[in-house]
Amino acid sequence: MLKAKFSLTLRHFELEAELEAENEILVLVGPSGSGKTTILKCLAGLKAPSQGIIQINDRIVYFSENKIDCPPKERRVGYVFQEYALFPHMSVRRNILYGVSKEKRHAKPRAAENMLEMLGILHLQNRYPQHISGGEKQRVALARALMTEPEIMLLDEPLSALDQETRSGLQQELKKIQRQWKIPFVLVTHDLTEAELLGDQIIRIDRGQSVSNRRL
Amino acid sequence: MSFDYTPIILSLKVATAAVIIVVLLGIPLAGHMARRNFPGKDLVEAFVTLPLVLPPSVVGFILLWLFGKNGPLGQFLTGVFHVSVVFNLAGAVIAAAVVSFPMMYQSAKAAMEGVDKTLENAARTLGAGELRIFLTITIPLSWPGIVSGFILSFARSLGEFGATLMIAGNIPGRTQTMPIAIYMANEGGDAATAMILVVIMTVFSFLVIFWLNRWSKRQQKGFIQEEGGE
Repeated sequence: MLKAKFSLTLRHFELEAELEAENEILVLVGPSGSGKTTILKCLAGLKAPSQGIIQINDRIVYFSENKIDCPPKERRVGYVFQEYALFPHMSVRRNILYGVSKEKRHAKPRAAENMLEMLGILHLQNRYPQHISGGEKQRVALARALMTEPEIMLLDEPLSALDQETRSGLQQELKKIQRQWKIPFVLVTHDLTEAELLGDQIIRIDRGQSVSNRRL
Repeated sequence: MSFDYTPIILSLKVATAAVIIVVLLGIPLAGHMARRNFPGKDLVEAFVTLPLVLPPSVVGFILLWLFGKNGPLGQFLTGVFHVSVVFNLAGAVIAAAVVSFPMMYQSAKAAMEGVDKTLENAARTLGAGELRIFLTITIPLSWPGIVSGFILSFARSLGEFGATLMIAGNIPGRTQTMPIAIYMANEGGDAATAMILVVIMTVFSFLVIFWLNRWSKRQQKGFIQEEGGE
């Protein structure tokens, strides 16, 4: 469960966000520069709002009045960045194990293989990010974030850099993964069709303000 | 004629010790300065870069004043540890470290500033603390810059003359490093000894730079080519 209400002054406008998501896909849709990515950064703890509250399950990770500001590494938030942000000097396997502690690696030695298998990229595990395709990078980024067993998942334009064919395949897959993991996915896109296709709840944003909020 | 090798050994000792100090201080400072803003940052920046533009004799004079018998650091070292760094090898190491520090610092900082911040943010969301991010993301991705800083500071340490002469003096067998031995041999009319040392110094410096350059190029390409092995 994710519940957030916060505001932040940006250079050209005031950003106000109010989100509530159960185990579903919440899509934030709007033109570029409307503040969508900033919302994700605030949720992840990479940027601090000027005021408000952010709650993930029963944990309050940010609350301006009590000066609570949990650092990103303790938020248990999975984040898939727009350009994937895979570590170029590590193999796919090392990338997806980066967020897994030593103890967990020992407790579940097959976890990495299972994850790669599920996403159909097991054969890529020894490759380096610069030698795999965009769709494959996207899967690796997703696998890497899921390996940390996050409580919510944030995806910033996860499909916009991909060609049409890869994109529709991954759209279905994303939906399936969300149903499997049963955690809130907050997905940012500028594409309204994609929002309609993926979202259980769609919030339209323009210049930092929510202009509509509907459930499908 | 018997040839005295001690200046070579002393120079290598001094340069190695100086580079270790420079790496241990320069890399963390570069990481800090590349990522954080704080009041007075420009002052710190200018201060650590100063030895790059100051004449070595000025650096030597300042060091001699700082570490001398009545200098603040000199009094501290004598008072607390009963040691002095003036006119011994430790002084030479300090002089070499101070003049070569900016080389390591500048080069490492520029490389670290070039590391994509999104990658560091990604590591943060994956649960990594700042130290782990620095060691596993920032340093490996700025490796070529760190290595070239290392090469430059080693070469600079090896060739340090002016500041070394002022703080460590010219004591044959104890503080007489190669550049000083060359100067003294030449002044004393012993052109043959000077010539041998010049040749050694030139060939050695050339080989170090040549080898490290090639090595850093391989490192740079390393993670791109490794994939070919599968």
